[in-house]
Amino acid sequence: MSDQQLEKLVEVKDLRISAYNDEKEEIQIVKGVTFDIYKGQVVALIGESGSGKTTISLASLSYTKPGLEFTGGEVLLNGEDVLTAPPDRQREIRGANVAYLAQSAAATFNPAITIGEQVTESAVLHGILTQEEATKRATELYHALELPNPDRIGIRYPHQVSGGQLQRLMAAMALCGKPDLMVLDEPTTALDVTTQIEVLKAFKKVIREENSAAIYVTHDLAVVAQIADHIVVLYGGEIMEQGSADQIINNPTHAYTRRLMDAVRPKPVAGLGTAVGEEHDREVPAVSVDNMTAGYGGIVNGEPAITILRDVSVDVKNAHVVGVIGESGCGKSTLARVMAGILPQARGTVKLEDQELEGSLNDRKLEELQKIQFVFQMADTALNPKQTISQILGRPLEFYHGLKGKEKHAKVTEILQMVELPPEFASRYPMELSGGQKQRINMARSLAANPEVLLCDEVTSALDSIVGANVIKLLTALRDKTGVSFVFISHDLSTVASFADEIVVLYAGRVVEQGPTDEVLEPPFHPYTRLLISSVPELRIGWLEDTMQKREMAVGIAKGVEITAVGCPFYNRCPMGIEGTCDQQSPPIRELEGGHQISCHLTIEDLKDAEKHTQQILHGYEKLEDASLKPHG
Amino acid sequence: MSESENQNGNQNEEVGQEVIEQLDKFDELPDAPPKRKLKLSWIGKISTAIVVFWVVIAAIGPFIAPFHEMDMDGDDSFLDAHSNEYGTFYLGTDYLGRDTFSRIIWGARMTIGISLASTILAYLIGITLGIAAAVKGGWVDMGISRVNDAILALPSIMLGLIAIAAFGSSIPILVIIAGIIYASSVFRIARALGLDIMVQDYVEAAKVRGEGLWWIIKSEVLPNAAMPLATDFGLRLVFVVLFISSLSFLGLGVQPPQADWGSMVRENLAGLTYNSWAAVWPAFAIATFTIAINLIVDDISAKSGGSLAKKMV
Repeated sequence: MSDQQLEKLVEVKDLRISAYNDEKEEIQIVKGVTFDIYKGQVVALIGESGSGKTTISLASLSYTKPGLEFTGGEVLLNGEDVLTAPPDRQREIRGANVAYLAQSAAATFNPAITIGEQVTESAVLHGILTQEEATKRATELYHALELPNPDRIGIRYPHQVSGGQLQRLMAAMALCGKPDLMVLDEPTTALDVTTQIEVLKAFKKVIREENSAAIYVTHDLAVVAQIADHIVVLYGGEIMEQGSADQIINNPTHAYTRRLMDAVRPKPVAGLGTAVGEEHDREVPAVSVDNMTAGYGGIVNGEPAITILRDVSVDVKNAHVVGVIGESGCGKSTLARVMAGILPQARGTVKLEDQELEGSLNDRKLEELQKIQFVFQMADTALNPKQTISQILGRPLEFYHGLKGKEKHAKVTEILQMVELPPEFASRYPMELSGGQKQRINMARSLAANPEVLLCDEVTSALDSIVGANVIKLLTALRDKTGVSFVFISHDLSTVASFADEIVVLYAGRVVEQGPTDEVLEPPFHPYTRLLISSVPELRIGWLEDTMQKREMAVGIAKGVEITAVGCPFYNRCPMGIEGTCDQQSPPIRELEGGHQISCHLTIEDLKDAEKHTQQILHGYEKLEDASLKPHG
Repeated sequence: MSESENQNGNQNEEVGQEVIEQLDKFDELPDAPPKRKLKLSWIGKISTAIVVFWVVIAAIGPFIAPFHEMDMDGDDSFLDAHSNEYGTFYLGTDYLGRDTFSRIIWGARMTIGISLASTILAYLIGITLGIAAAVKGGWVDMGISRVNDAILALPSIMLGLIAIAAFGSSIPILVIIAGIIYASSVFRIARALGLDIMVQDYVEAAKVRGEGLWWIIKSEVLPNAAMPLATDFGLRLVFVVLFISSLSFLGLGVQPPQADWGSMVRENLAGLTYNSWAAVWPAFAIATFTIAINLIVDDISAKSGGSLAKKMV
């Protein structure tokens, strides 16, 4: 990074960590790992789950998860071996010299204590700063991390700020005591792309300003390319390859690194997906939702107490894959839940092949239930741990189709083959399967019902990129083979782009754009779609800086989602918003060729020629910025 | 993929190929992890032995006891171990000159039998109502829960005393009273577990499939609630043993001349002043039985990562 100081901060030498099983046999988790961290350097540990990356990063705090043991090697921090340090010294090191940032900020913060107290606690506890100094430093960090209202955010409680802000506050917590080393464990994995970019930017800036070193643990190469100076590629507790970020990203030598790079989601562009054949075409859409409003709480005059979805119309054609995309909280899952009848809609209709469906699944006919199947997001919780795979898969066969005994058994085997799992799995329990296999069983259970429509709620989100890619491959094959329609819900635009035939972009409970994948991913874009597309990280060093140059990004990610009943929901983040129009009236739906629809006040010509508006945007942004800086009231 | 990338790929074919092969193999068929067996610590093993010992005694007691529980064959009351023409009194005699050793063996059947019957009754009532409240929710839940709160608000011994005052003391009445009183705590656990399970995705999946309520309870809720409830069964049994013994100690439980550990303690309390151990032995029996069950429950909870222990509290 900087030439003036190439001092070694951490030396990890031949680190070995083992676990012991019930028979007291040693299982090596980390098998002799050696790497160095220089001052001011960000070292990324990258690998799939189970590669030992978190275990190694925790070793720098001289900590292992329960059941693990250091069996060899040393970790030198400023020349001092932290592994053999006495417990008192280790306690000093943790928090003071090395700070740890966990994956989930929401789980790290205590909801009952103000943010400021928690951010300063460790620095004061270790006697590094007095409370006044710590509070002052925390405020400086809030500024550096570009948090809104930096002078006042400290007196708020964790639930009063957004997820992305919490993640940045956790960085402030780690940095408050001026540690030599920060350990960041997948800090952006759980975030939306637009939030991820804001957090990454803040992390990068603050690491540079503080000149602190960091270990960055992740499985996402595209993120690593933005932030790391040195990359260590791990598999099965061993280093496959290490080198400078530039060398690893642009010139990988190890087959495993290339495999990881292949699994990086491609930039969502038109032409990634495979078009469906004509053979499944039918006149009537498999499922259609018309002018539907849904939400939670009591319904008065067709308006629920809390509206999640507003006036949504979506058609799912036979054997088509409709990708539903949007940030968390935009109502993606709610759309699927309304289709499945879990949440009855307040207004509008849901049709299954021209047959209007009852709102609640209790009133639907068995045949209708069988035709629409729901695949839950977390296979871990969606499969009953006390049932074997054959019981899980056998139940829909028995329930809908009345299969019993040998017939049922044969069909279970057939379904297992369909999801590319061996028939021996039938006698196993879900606990005995890997994450990807569980997700396959989860989908297989829905397929066993022989449905017309499969509603997939974020089915790949909890999986590693390589495993997730395999699941998508399987889904594509299943669609071609069975002619099932899919509603594929995801916050990951790249996955949707590679799999869906049509895309529905949801924002704050409304459809802002929908149409065939290739049309949606090519200009003209809805301003929100453009923000989403440009937020997907690319496997390219310097991408983050390039993207932040774009003004529309600055406007879009600086603001949070506001759910409004009046006007366009995206108005407060839109670089092209027209005052007096966009915030007052609901946007018209503009029809383009091929069934492509954009819901925007701007005309198609305006959107096509978005560059023309950049000047306008700039004025708008300055105004916005001024307003946002002033504290409320 | 472009041509240059392909070339790059071929060039590096050698490096790390074995890792890729390993990966591909794993994708196909990983081995199932070994089934986890419940292993008790040595404390757990000893405790299990003690519990098994008492249960066996309760089952076959009358056949192996040297005397009948009502035989007054001792030479005098509150004597130490001695022998006469009728046999040997290993633990001495009680306040009526009966053999303490035989009465403890007879009492095991009474104490453990009544407790077990009460606990099973408590479980039948508690689980049925608890799961019903969890599954149905709304007014059903509200109604049952409030009545349950009222029962819980009263001290169990007081409630027992009032009920016995009203209905008199007999073994069936004791079982029913203890069963109802302890059903209230079982209800709370069953309801909490039921609520926990009802919001799991697999239950929602069953609902979306269109499954009936009974099937969901039978196939999804009960199997998942079984293990925590089984662990709690042990603890609940201990409470019932102590409850029945307390009632007997007050003279309201098992009526003389039938032997029961609790009433044996009370009857022989006077003997303590004569240096007699007649009150201590039944107390010792209660202690070993209840502590052993407690330790087994602790051991199982510890082995299951404490998750059960948390649910018990």
